[in-house]
Amino acid sequence: MQYSQILYSASRILEESHEKVGGEEHHEVGKQIAKLTDQGPWMLNHAWLIFVIPAISYFLILFFGKRLPKKGHEIGLVSMASVSLMAIVLAFQWITRAEEFEGKVFGQTFTWWRNGDLQLGVGTHVDGLAVMMVVVVAIISTLVHIYSIEYLRGDIRYTHYFAALSLFTASMMMLVLSNNTLQLLVGWELVGLCSFMLIGHWWEDKNNSNAALKAFFTTRVGDVGLLTGVIMTFFIVERATGTGSFNILDVNNAALSGTVGHTLLFVTAFALLIGIIGKSGQFPLHTWLPDAMAGPTPVSALIHAATMVVAGVYLGARVYPVFWEGFNIGETALNPMVLIGGITILVGAALAFVQDDIKKVLAYSTISQLGFMVMGLGAGAWTAAIFHLFTHAMFKALLFLGSGSVAHSGSHHSFDMKKDMGGLRKHMPVTFWTFMIGTAALAGIFPLAGFWSKDEILANAGKGGYETFMVLGFIGAFMTAAYMTRCVYLTFFGEYRGHHKPHESNKLITVPLIILAVLSATVGFLNAVPFHIEKFKEWVEPKGAFPFENLVAEGGAYIKHAPFSVTKAIIATIIALSGIGIAYLFYWKKIGLIGLTEKNKAAKAIHTLLVNKLYLDVLYTDIIVGATKKSLANACYWVNQNIIDGVVNMTGKLTASLGNFSYKYLDQKGIDGIVNGLGSTSQASGSGLRLLQSGKIQKYAAFLFMGVIALGFIAVFVNKG
Amino acid sequence: MQLSYYLILAAILFSIGIYGVITRKNGILVLMSIELMLNAVTLNLVAFAQFNQSPEGLAFALFVITIAAAEIGVGLGLVLLITRNLKSPNIDKLDQLKG
Repeated sequence: MQYSQILYSASRILEESHEKVGGEEHHEVGKQIAKLTDQGPWMLNHAWLIFVIPAISYFLILFFGKRLPKKGHEIGLVSMASVSLMAIVLAFQWITRAEEFEGKVFGQTFTWWRNGDLQLGVGTHVDGLAVMMVVVVAIISTLVHIYSIEYLRGDIRYTHYFAALSLFTASMMMLVLSNNTLQLLVGWELVGLCSFMLIGHWWEDKNNSNAALKAFFTTRVGDVGLLTGVIMTFFIVERATGTGSFNILDVNNAALSGTVGHTLLFVTAFALLIGIIGKSGQFPLHTWLPDAMAGPTPVSALIHAATMVVAGVYLGARVYPVFWEGFNIGETALNPMVLIGGITILVGAALAFVQDDIKKVLAYSTISQLGFMVMGLGAGAWTAAIFHLFTHAMFKALLFLGSGSVAHSGSHHSFDMKKDMGGLRKHMPVTFWTFMIGTAALAGIFPLAGFWSKDEILANAGKGGYETFMVLGFIGAFMTAAYMTRCVYLTFFGEYRGHHKPHESNKLITVPLIILAVLSATVGFLNAVPFHIEKFKEWVEPKGAFPFENLVAEGGAYIKHAPFSVTKAIIATIIALSGIGIAYLFYWKKIGLIGLTEKNKAAKAIHTLLVNKLYLDVLYTDIIVGATKKSLANACYWVNQNIIDGVVNMTGKLTASLGNFSYKYLDQKGIDGIVNGLGSTSQASGSGLRLLQSGKIQKYAAFLFMGVIALGFIAVFVNKG
Repeated sequence: MQLSYYLILAAILFSIGIYGVITRKNGILVLMSIELMLNAVTLNLVAFAQFNQSPEGLAFALFVITIAAAEIGVGLGLVLLITRNLKSPNIDKLDQLKG
C-alpha cells in the first residue's frame, strides 16, 4: 500500500516547466494551468473524510442499528451532523481564499494499481464545483434525515432505511469528490443502487418493486453510454499525452489541448450524454423518474429531485471541456446536448399538467428543470446551469418535503390531489406557506431563487446563438408557472375532499420545511447579476480546472456570462405571472377553457396523449420489448416456415427420401444406436460399480490399502527395471 | 544392531495395524490399530535417523507423535458420537452412504 500524497506526475512536470519558461511550453500538452496539490487548508486536503464517515455509518447502522434505542437513526444523525460541519468548513476554507486558489485543485490520491506509466487511483478533487455540490448534498441530506424520523416513524424497515440514506450520502459525496472518471462511475452506480433500494423500500407492493426495477434498468440503458464514455476519456488522454488516464484534470486538459481528433471527442461527448440522459431523466429516458416516486417522499426529495438526478448534470459540468470541444458548443447554434435539454423542458412541463398525483407533478417538474440545466450546459452557460442546479436543489427538495407533509398529515398517505386533498391551506398553514414559497421560486417569481437562475440560463442562451432554445425556455417557464398553480390549487384551495382529519405536521417535519423555504427565498442572491453579486463566478467557476479564461485571451470561446438584461427579466416575469394568471382564471374563476377537452377534439387528443405519457412507456414495453419478444419471434417463425422450408421443399423428393433413409437407418439405428449404447453401457457399468459403494468404511480402507500395495509394487519393480 | 531389524519390526507392527483397521468392528479398536500404524512409521523414522546420523528424522518423529495425540482426540470424539447416536461403538453400522 502506498499512500501517495503527491502531485500527479504529469502536473508536477508541468509545474516545473511552468516555473522555468513561464508556461510557454504548455501548448505541447494542452493549455494546462490546473494543478492538483495538497498544499492547502486542512479540510480541502482531507475531503475524503466527507464520504468515509457516512460509509462507516452505513455499516454501523446495518449491523448495530436494530439494537440501539432509536433504531439506528442516531448514528445517521451524528454522521450527517459531522458531514455538514465538514461541508461548512470546506466551503468556508474554499470561499475565504477562492481568489488565491485560482488555478488550483486540492486533493489527494491513493494509487491502487500501477503498470508502467499507467496509474489508477482513487482520490479527491476539490474545486469550486465539488465544494458547491458537497454543500448541497450535506444540507439536503441532513434535513431529509431529520424529516424522515417523523415521516417513517414505526416503519418496518426503519433501520435499513437510515442505513441506505447513509450509503447514499457516502456514494453521492464520493461521486462528487472523485478525481477520476472511473471512480465517478463507481459512485454513479452506487447512488443508482441506493435509489433502487429506496424506491423499492416498501417492496411488498408489487408496483413499488416494479418501479424500482424500472428505475434501475432504465438508468442502466444510459449507463452503457456512460461506461463507453468513461473508457473513451482514457483514450482522449492517451491521444493527447501518450499515456492514458482517467483523471478528470487530465481529461479536461486533453480535451482542450487541440491535439485530440474531433471525432473522438464527439463520440465521447455523445456517449457521456447518453449517460446523462439516463441518470438525469432527460427525454427519452425520463420515464423512470415519475415511477420512482413510489419510494418514501423524503427519498424522492433527496435522491429523485435534489441530488442523485443532478449527477448527470454534474458529470456534464465536470468534464465540460469534452462536451465543449466535442459538440462545438462555442460555435454552433445546435448540438445534441442543448436539443435534448430543450425537448425535455417541454415534455416534462407538458406531462406535469395531467398528473393527479402531487409527487408526479413534481417529478415531471424535476424532469423539466433538469432539462433547463442540460440546455444551459449545452448552450455554453456553465455557471448559470450550475447555479440553477443549486437553487433547484433547494426549492425542489422543499416542494417534495412539503408534498410529503401534506400526505403525512393531510391526506393520510395518499398523493392523489383530486381525491384526497384540497382546502388544506387552513389546516396546514406552515406547509402551505413553505409550499407557496417553493412554488414561487420554481415559477421564477422575483426575488426568489428560481428567478435568478432560470433567468441567467435564458439570458445566456439568448446571447450565443441559441435563441431558439431561449424561446423554448420561455415557453417552459410559462408552463411551469401554470402547472404549479394547478398543483397548488388542487392541494391547498377549494374544499377538502379527503376522508380524514387534516392537521399540521409536527416540528420534525415543519422545521426542515422552514429552513428550506428560507434558503429557497435567499440563495438566488448568491448570483444576482444585476446587483453585481456574482459569487458563483468567483467561487464555483473552474478558473483553474478548465482554462476557459485563458482561451479568451487567444480569441477563443469561453464560458458565457451574459450581462443582465432587464428586458429578458421582465419578459420572464411577465411570462411566469401570465402562466399563474391563466391557471388562476382556469381553476378559481372557471373562466375560459373549462370543458375544452370535452368540446374540442384536438385538445382531447393532446390530453389523451399526455395522460398516456406520450406513449413512451408503451413504446418501451410493448414495442421495443414486445418486438424482441413477439414480433421478432414471429418473424423468425415466418422465415423458418416459408423460406427455409421452401428451400427444403424445392430440393424435391430425392432429398426427402434421402432424408427418410438417413432418418431410418443412419439416425435411428446408427447414431441413436451409438447414443443409446453409450447410455446403456454407462448404466450397466454404473450398476456394477454401485456395488462397490457399500457404505462400509472398513471396506473402503481395505481398497485403499490394496491400492497402496499395488502402487508400492509398481514403484519397486519400475525402480529395479 | 542392523537397520533391517527395526524395519522388519515396523513392518510387522504396520501389518497388524492394517489388519486391525480392516477387521475390527469396534471403533476404539480401529483407533488403536491406527495408532499402531502410526507408531510403526515413527519407529521407521527414528531408525533411519539413527542410521543416517541426522536429526531430521527425530524431529519428524516428534511431529508424528504430536499429530497422533491430536488425531486420537478427534477420533475418540467421533467414536463417542457414533456410540451415542447408534447405541453401539461398531462402525460397520455406519453405512448410510451405501450406493
